[in-house]
Amino acid sequence: MSRAAEISVAVAAPQASAARRRRWWGRKAAVAAAWWVASVALFAGLWELVWAIGWAPQLLLPPPHIFLRDFSSQAKYFDTSDIGRAQAAPLVAVSTTILATLLRVLAGLSLGFAASLVTGTLIAQFRVVRGLVLPTLTLLAPISPIAWLPVSIFLFGIGNAPAVFMVFVGVYFVMTLATISQINGVSDTYLNVARTMGATRRQMFVQVVVPSILPGLLQTLRLNLFGAWMVVLLAEAVGVGSGLGQVVMLARNTFNASLVFFAMTLIGLTGYLLDMGFRQLQRRLLWWQPASTGGGR
Amino acid sequence: MTTATGALRCRGVTKIWGEGTAGELLAVDNVDLDVQPGEFVVMLGPSGCGKSTLLSMVAGLELPTAGVIEADGEPVSGPGPDRCMIFQQSSLYPWLSVADNVGFGLRLRGVPKAERREVARKLLRTMGLADVLDKHPDELSGGMRQRAAIARAMAMRPRVLLMDEPFAALDVQTRAKLQNYIAQVREESGASVLFVTHSIDEAVALADRIVVFTARPGRFKAIVDVELDRPRDPRSAAYHELHDRLVDLLADEVDRAFAEQERAAR
Repeated sequence: MSRAAEISVAVAAPQASAARRRRWWGRKAAVAAAWWVASVALFAGLWELVWAIGWAPQLLLPPPHIFLRDFSSQAKYFDTSDIGRAQAAPLVAVSTTILATLLRVLAGLSLGFAASLVTGTLIAQFRVVRGLVLPTLTLLAPISPIAWLPVSIFLFGIGNAPAVFMVFVGVYFVMTLATISQINGVSDTYLNVARTMGATRRQMFVQVVVPSILPGLLQTLRLNLFGAWMVVLLAEAVGVGSGLGQVVMLARNTFNASLVFFAMTLIGLTGYLLDMGFRQLQRRLLWWQPASTGGGR
Repeated sequence: MTTATGALRCRGVTKIWGEGTAGELLAVDNVDLDVQPGEFVVMLGPSGCGKSTLLSMVAGLELPTAGVIEADGEPVSGPGPDRCMIFQQSSLYPWLSVADNVGFGLRLRGVPKAERREVARKLLRTMGLADVLDKHPDELSGGMRQRAAIARAMAMRPRVLLMDEPFAALDVQTRAKLQNYIAQVREESGASVLFVTHSIDEAVALADRIVVFTARPGRFKAIVDVELDRPRDPRSAAYHELHDRLVDLLADEVDRAFAEQERAAR
């Protein structure tokens, strides 16, 4: 081998290991996807079988091949445009419905996250706030968001606001308590390093406390993501006038079992994608954390 | 800019934890200590003797129950960047790169990023850490992390370096290496150093003066001037003589501290 070739081999070595790592990840992803397909196929197959044999009620438990067969006829139930206007294309109707629900969840989550961060910080920093607010908060925390449903309608009537409010309530109390415990758990050494370097209170908060508590908070938020996703459907079912929850309620009222399962499929898929998106966000934001705590390493 | 020299003065400093409660504990009892500008003073004592408490009070992280502490003639009322502290545990922020960690204090002062990076590069090089600027603290060994922490403190150009058993968590070889680095940093910066340890070897290797603590409550048992040439030769007779003297001074205190811990655990 010539000298130049030797050098190029030596230089190529790290790249080769990166390629190997990529291949390893590729294989791992392929295996995971295969299990995924197998699991869903098994579930759908059993359902189809039970239905074909006649063990399942023919009308009430329509299997996937029936409720997924005709996308456009299902989609017309998703169109909430006023009668007389032209109907939206099936795909547009379905995606705007999903988007409406998704935006309500995201709005509620963001507001709840921001508000709980502020409340939790105030409680952790000021004794007066702690004394005055925390007891009430711990009494309100165990109340299910569902119990708040009438309140949200009294307060906000019909529309987006009550649904967003329900999601907000669903995360606000839990996240506030999580913020307090996270702030109390911030390492003294981390704080003292900043103090001995002359950090102001504000600098300590922004540059030490926030990055310290962020991993725990995002993990708590992610655990509450499914809860928020369920709550928004309930709010929509009761009275928003649009969204996936409204479609489910419509299907129930019209005894349309096929539509029920079609909507449930969309709800499941969207919820799954929402969780996956959140995972990605966590990974980007928490690049220094190991993957086991939601980070990107 | 004041004419900071790095002189420390403690008079009648006392610390009582949980004063007025049943668990009241006298940690530091009426001690006087002067550190001259540029002097390297080691506080040596058994664990729990109050030496770290005294250090925190000099740092301004704790306030004395009684007595005064002055840095350059000014009473200490809180922490300040003229007295930088280096902690026992790894204290680098895991969410910052090594360069950003070293430049952390400068960032608090509003120094621009490029300048911070330049300072970090230079300081890390003097600490024998080239090419780690963009690494993650978790990618460094314990000894490298502690050197980066020292670089972070030195970036503030402190007149006083306060070190709380900074090498306690490291293995013996790494420890010896880092002791050389800290002696060198002191030499180059001219900062005074107040250094807490329970290792006699560390004290003899580093100190101009060694303050030997009694077991709790912390008082000064002896103050020993070290007149050995630098760099210290651990095989010299004078080194051994001093070492043995410190062993004798500490032996009773270690026994007492040990007995008290046993009693407290029962």
